[in-house]
Amino acid sequence: MLDIKRIPIPALIGIVLTTLFVLAALFAPWIAPHGNGEIIGDVWEPMSSAHWLGTDNLGRDLLSRMIYGARITLFIAVLATALSFSLGAILGFSAAVFGGWYDTLLSRLVDLLMSIPTLIMALVVLSVLPTNLITLILVMGILDSTRVYRLSRAVAVDINVMDYVEAAKLRGEGSGWIIFREILPNALSPLVSELGLRFIYAVLFLSTLSFLGLGVQPPDADWGGMVKENKDGIVFGIGAALIPAAAIAMLAISVNLVADWVLNRTTSLKGGRG
Amino acid sequence: MGSPVLRLVAQRIALGILLLLAVSVLIFAGTQILPGDVAQAILGQSATPESLANLREQLGLNDPAYVRYFRWLGGVVTGDLGTAMSSGQDIATSIKGRLWNTLFLAFWAAIVAIPLAVILGLIAVRYRNGWVDKLISGLALASASFPEFFIGYVLVYFFAVKWQIFPGISTVYDSMPFGERMQAIALPATALTLVVLAHMMRMTRAAILNVMQSAYVETAELKGLSAFNVIRKHAFPNAIAPIISVVMLNLAYLIVGVVVVEVIFVYPGMGQYLVDHVTKRDVPVVQAVGLVFAAVYISLNIIADIGAIVANPRLRHPK
Amino acid sequence: MADTKAKPGQPKQGLLLDIRNLRIEATVYPPGEPPKNIVLVHDVSLTLEKGKVLGLIGESGAGKSTIGLSSMGYGRGGVRITGGEVLLNGRDILKGGKEGFRKLRGREVCYVAQSAAAAFNPAHRLMDQVVEATLLHGTATRAEAEKRAVALFKKLSLPNPETIGERFPHQVSGGQLQRVMTAMALCSEPDLIVFDEPTTALDVTTQIDVLAAIKEAIRDTHVAALYITHDLAVVAQVSDEIMVLRDGKKVEHGETRRIIEAPRTDYTKALVSVRSIEHEEKELTPTALLSVRGATAAYGGGVVKVLQNVSVDVRPGQTLAVVGESGSGKSTLARVVTGLLPPISGSITFAGRTLAPRLAARSKDDLRELQMIYQMADVAMNPRQPVGTIIGRPLEFYFGMRGRERDHRVAELLDEIEMGKGFMDRYPAELSGGQKQRVCIARALAAKPKLIICDEVTSALDPLVANGILKLLLNLQQHEKVAYLFITHDLATVKSIADSIAVMYRGEVVRYGAKSKVLTPPFDAYTDLLLSSVPEMEIGWLEKAIKGRRIESGGH
Repeated sequence: MLDIKRIPIPALIGIVLTTLFVLAALFAPWIAPHGNGEIIGDVWEPMSSAHWLGTDNLGRDLLSRMIYGARITLFIAVLATALSFSLGAILGFSAAVFGGWYDTLLSRLVDLLMSIPTLIMALVVLSVLPTNLITLILVMGILDSTRVYRLSRAVAVDINVMDYVEAAKLRGEGSGWIIFREILPNALSPLVSELGLRFIYAVLFLSTLSFLGLGVQPPDADWGGMVKENKDGIVFGIGAALIPAAAIAMLAISVNLVADWVLNRTTSLKGGRG
Repeated sequence: MGSPVLRLVAQRIALGILLLLAVSVLIFAGTQILPGDVAQAILGQSATPESLANLREQLGLNDPAYVRYFRWLGGVVTGDLGTAMSSGQDIATSIKGRLWNTLFLAFWAAIVAIPLAVILGLIAVRYRNGWVDKLISGLALASASFPEFFIGYVLVYFFAVKWQIFPGISTVYDSMPFGERMQAIALPATALTLVVLAHMMRMTRAAILNVMQSAYVETAELKGLSAFNVIRKHAFPNAIAPIISVVMLNLAYLIVGVVVVEVIFVYPGMGQYLVDHVTKRDVPVVQAVGLVFAAVYISLNIIADIGAIVANPRLRHPK
Repeated sequence: MADTKAKPGQPKQGLLLDIRNLRIEATVYPPGEPPKNIVLVHDVSLTLEKGKVLGLIGESGAGKSTIGLSSMGYGRGGVRITGGEVLLNGRDILKGGKEGFRKLRGREVCYVAQSAAAAFNPAHRLMDQVVEATLLHGTATRAEAEKRAVALFKKLSLPNPETIGERFPHQVSGGQLQRVMTAMALCSEPDLIVFDEPTTALDVTTQIDVLAAIKEAIRDTHVAALYITHDLAVVAQVSDEIMVLRDGKKVEHGETRRIIEAPRTDYTKALVSVRSIEHEEKELTPTALLSVRGATAAYGGGVVKVLQNVSVDVRPGQTLAVVGESGSGKSTLARVVTGLLPPISGSITFAGRTLAPRLAARSKDDLRELQMIYQMADVAMNPRQPVGTIIGRPLEFYFGMRGRERDHRVAELLDEIEMGKGFMDRYPAELSGGQKQRVCIARALAAKPKLIICDEVTSALDPLVANGILKLLLNLQQHEKVAYLFITHDLATVKSIADSIAVMYRGEVVRYGAKSKVLTPPFDAYTDLLLSSVPEMEIGWLEKAIKGRRIESGGH
């Protein structure tokens, strides 16, 4: 079905870069030239043939830290996205189909949660919760699920009033058939592109938290944490902090390019095949 | 202005106040979700029973949660935000100067960002699908993917370190002359502008495009109006409401951006104050600052809604 | 330009519009394929004398609106004029460039859109919009233009002509807005007005008033017009000549009387005879299949009553047509019968059983024996399911058919609706409008129902396609002995298919009985209004109808 030549160049770049990031994360111990916490040189050594990206604030190999950082960043972001997506989509769909007080209650609760900026609410909660991976994933996942809830509910409500869904209800179909056979196949394309956007948001959100010192705790570091570690070098003209920051930007752009393409591809298909 | 407008506006404001109350409950509850208790979390596992009991007493933790909430709320309403645990200072006093600093920074970022975004949005619509549009959209896509600290540190790296045009650390103090203050906030304000510009411009473009596809725009074209007059007389009046809501929504993004930007530039505002005290686990400060942020955010949303109500001719001129 | 403009009120003579070999193309972007050019209008030529009206008629996709707009040098959504000449007052407007177009739009040529409700800017008062073009082109001062507008409002019989201009578009009804739009077009005293389906979106009793107003205004101002519509009976009332178009090509062109009374091509003949399916009324049987007794229904928890004390019967194997305008409650009746909207009071009996008011409480057999077909076939089918699944699902669901048995039955059903089994793997997006509606009919038939509710099933279709669907429904009734509850606003359709008729008005049945009785005088006031408002394929019908009307329509 999918012809590589038909994929537009921006999307192709996005796919290649995203794949590279994922591969780096998966095979970190085999690819990285040095260990994650290994001190191998002076503080903030410039880029050289020995250390392609130089060394960090403690004299660790920056490239190796980046590769291990990809692992932590992607791991947490993927889990948080998975949580926010499944939670949001399940609640959103069921709210649309069942309606009534169930819908009202959930929707008001989501309205309430969304009336506080996500970062602020996260900071409030993190001020009392222990900082570990599970807390991070739960806080990120639950706070972000509100957006997925809104989208999937809106999409499902639109589909739920279509005549073909009414026809299925008149036929006497149960809610299982209606959700999985009538609504879901038609809701999939907006949701898939939203998945990409939610993932980008999770990466940016995690990086921000870590940058503020409230995310991944040392000695482990995701890319946001590495920016924090190396930020003091900036005033001396040492750009080590810019490298992980640029990596975050690059990952986000790549996924964005792919998501954009998926969205365009599916919306131009009016239905049927594909 | 007919009565439906006034009624809807009053309704919206009342709803906002109600929402703010609910949010205060949520923020309060958010600091109580720990299965153990706050005192334990603050002092850690090695705390002595005496210090724990002291802290509990100090925080009023021996009362039930709802009593503590209403005590807190009562304080907030009368302007008493409590005292910071870490420093013992009055929170309301600390917030005052910082809130002013933050609003100053956000104000100048908004002053630059809003007209720029609307103009860029208009240009993108005017040359829709042309290379200008594609360039603007491409840059918007890219900058929406940049974390705030990337933009911030790139600015510092070049403007403060390499070229030394602006300071990389934005120190401000009360008696600072306006000119120096502006120079101090030049980089953080630029960073904030860039953070919201992309979103605002993309949404403005979408809002205007939506209006441009209406049948009444075709009617205007078929009357022989020039492209400029079609936009000015027929598209723009109907695009005001969506643009207001786009702008307000993005000012809300600004609030989140401000937290990170203040940390980057060590700017003495609300954001830095919040982050510092989250790290110190100073719950009273976090609650107070969180509530202030939420209040600003909700007010912006109310203004957006009121703008949309007032701009709607159906409501201004009822049947 | 000014010298070609005669004073208003005097008949003008000479050639106004001369379109020669007009070719219009557009680029389409099919998904997954390279963009390609399609030709919308193939070398069409036409001429229009000053003060004359030319009707452009055809089905959707015939290119009639595209040709109409080309007289203003306008192409909708990337449509390009790629060949030919458009001579207006003797000069080729296509050579004038953007500046030239702007000068003629709103001055020499004006436009009246199908939906005035959408074509007026909601942010400005009507008067400002009506005089805008006149002021823009500087042909009158504001005071003159407003005086002219008020005079036109009067001529178009708008209520409160002095003050209606103060209002905003949303404060005025649809039929009135359409007339204000006509006034807007006439205000700058153009030489030509393009009417693009100006009455299509209106109810039939409102349409006749607007039509009469437009005709009178054209006659009195001596403006020339291109009148675009898909309804031959409508265009026959207002135009001097008619051009029939199909797929962007000219089919036939001639004087109105000649086209209607002696059409030369098969296509025009079909269009002229489209409303004449002969349907012999069946004898009413003593027992009813479906009996609705005293049904009252409301939305919003009983606040808005949309159905009041309605009692009708559908007899086995026969058709009850429920006819009424928008807001008459006819579709609500369908929702009550299907159980989607439980009535506040009243009862429904079906095949000897009392039906539960709520859908959820009905048995599988109740659901199976009562099927429904919708107006918009494209949204009545899941776009992600192939035809085989759409028709096969009721077979699985009600009869437990699987595999080859099911496929065999699906093929039989496809045969019955005059489509082949080759359609089994097609998706709805790959079917034409008529085919989609046929698949919906097959889906209903698959359940072996006793009654099918048809909710405006032909209104979204072009006349010839609609005709085919009606014939199919009549055939199927003969073979399958299925009864129809046929909901429509179109009286011509009713005559073709009904055995008995219920006329609804504002939630009540105002007239009910066998077709022959309902359509025979003496009439009640509303039925009379409704019947007299349906355009007939006859020159001079409009004047007769207006004269004979006893009550004013509720449309304004």
